[in-house]
Amino acid sequence: MKPFNLSLFQFLLLFIVCLLLISSPLKAELISGYDFLSNQAKEMQNDDFQNPGYAMIEQGLTTYNRKGENDKLCSQCHGENGDKFIPESIAQFPKFHKILKRPVTLRDQIQLCWGKRLDNFPLLYDDTDLLALETMIRNKAYGEEVNVNISGNMQPYYDAGKKFYLTRFGQMDMNCAQCHDIYTGKMLRGQKLSQGHTNGFPLFRLESQKMVNLPQRLRECFRSLRAETFAQDSDEFRNLEIYLNARGNGLKIETPAIRY
Amino acid sequence: MIFKEKTFTLFSLIMLIFYINNLAAEDIARYEVTGNSIIKPLNDLTGKPERGQELFRDQNKGNCLACHRLSTLNDSFQGNIGPLLDNVTLRLTEAQIRLRIADMKQVNPYSIMPGFYRSPERINRISPLYEGSTILTAQEVEDIVSYLVSLNLKSSGEYK
Repeated sequence: MKPFNLSLFQFLLLFIVCLLLISSPLKAELISGYDFLSNQAKEMQNDDFQNPGYAMIEQGLTTYNRKGENDKLCSQCHGENGDKFIPESIAQFPKFHKILKRPVTLRDQIQLCWGKRLDNFPLLYDDTDLLALETMIRNKAYGEEVNVNISGNMQPYYDAGKKFYLTRFGQMDMNCAQCHDIYTGKMLRGQKLSQGHTNGFPLFRLESQKMVNLPQRLRECFRSLRAETFAQDSDEFRNLEIYLNARGNGLKIETPAIRY
Repeated sequence: MIFKEKTFTLFSLIMLIFYINNLAAEDIARYEVTGNSIIKPLNDLTGKPERGQELFRDQNKGNCLACHRLSTLNDSFQGNIGPLLDNVTLRLTEAQIRLRIADMKQVNPYSIMPGFYRSPERINRISPLYEGSTILTAQEVEDIVSYLVSLNLKSSGEYK
């Protein structure tokens, strides 16, 4: 047997490799909220008949086929039943609007189309039609990887969202990161803390037994933190949506998902 | 006419609720922090361990079991974000427990634990529903402190 001998050069090489390994940022693995569900809830999500989200998609299609005030139809641009929607494009929301010079979410884009192209009375943020349309359109990108661009114009909004994510709110005095980054996988009473990703929105909440979009869910978060909430279309929630979606870049879209 | 009467009753009912709420609201006690503890009981109150146990479980009050476990309680869903609280007095004194319940963030600013008696002025964007209030009253904090201290004395079973 030869003794294990290292020359100085080999030792230095090994040392450098070790240093590189240690300094490389170990990125946490992204886990979809789906993996935190019980088997029963998973089954519910996968079954088109059990999943209440598909009823919402039907409703969305009805709205989609309704004529606008100027007798135009969504399908004139986006195809019969939305066949012309591009999944890659849907997965990129929120993105920077070149004319408005601000980021728009998928919800904002639907509202813009509704008001400008169909000449309709603007959709309110609480409107079920908006929720239904968003569910139906987001579902067109089912299985597509979330891919939000956060460089260039989007950078300041992303940074603001991240700052918001790390700000403590309400009488409970907690921030988002404490539950969804630090204590992921731990039990809060009977519920396992998830990573808080947004790839399933709009989704059906088992707790409140209804479909919610992301701002509506965030408002429920704020209620449980006993904090004063923000408006659904506030810049704060929009920035947070940019941060949250970008945080889950690479996760597959699951709309309509089932979550607790 | 009926409509008017109804609105009047509703209005007076709301006013009554506000009035009772104001009666119930107490001034938030000032307390002195010594090191990592509050030595004197809040408002010089004496805690009741039996009441402390109720508050410890109550989801709208202490809700301690959301994050902590206590093997002497047989509640089915107990969290594991915070440490196990069995025999907590073996590692913390009563005064140290008091500060940790009242305002854990004075011990560790990065802690996730809410300050159950943290001054509302130090809270960011408190909901209007809870404005000017703390999660627990001084008496309730004392009740839970006395409950946790009593755990060491009762080696098993629920406090009776």
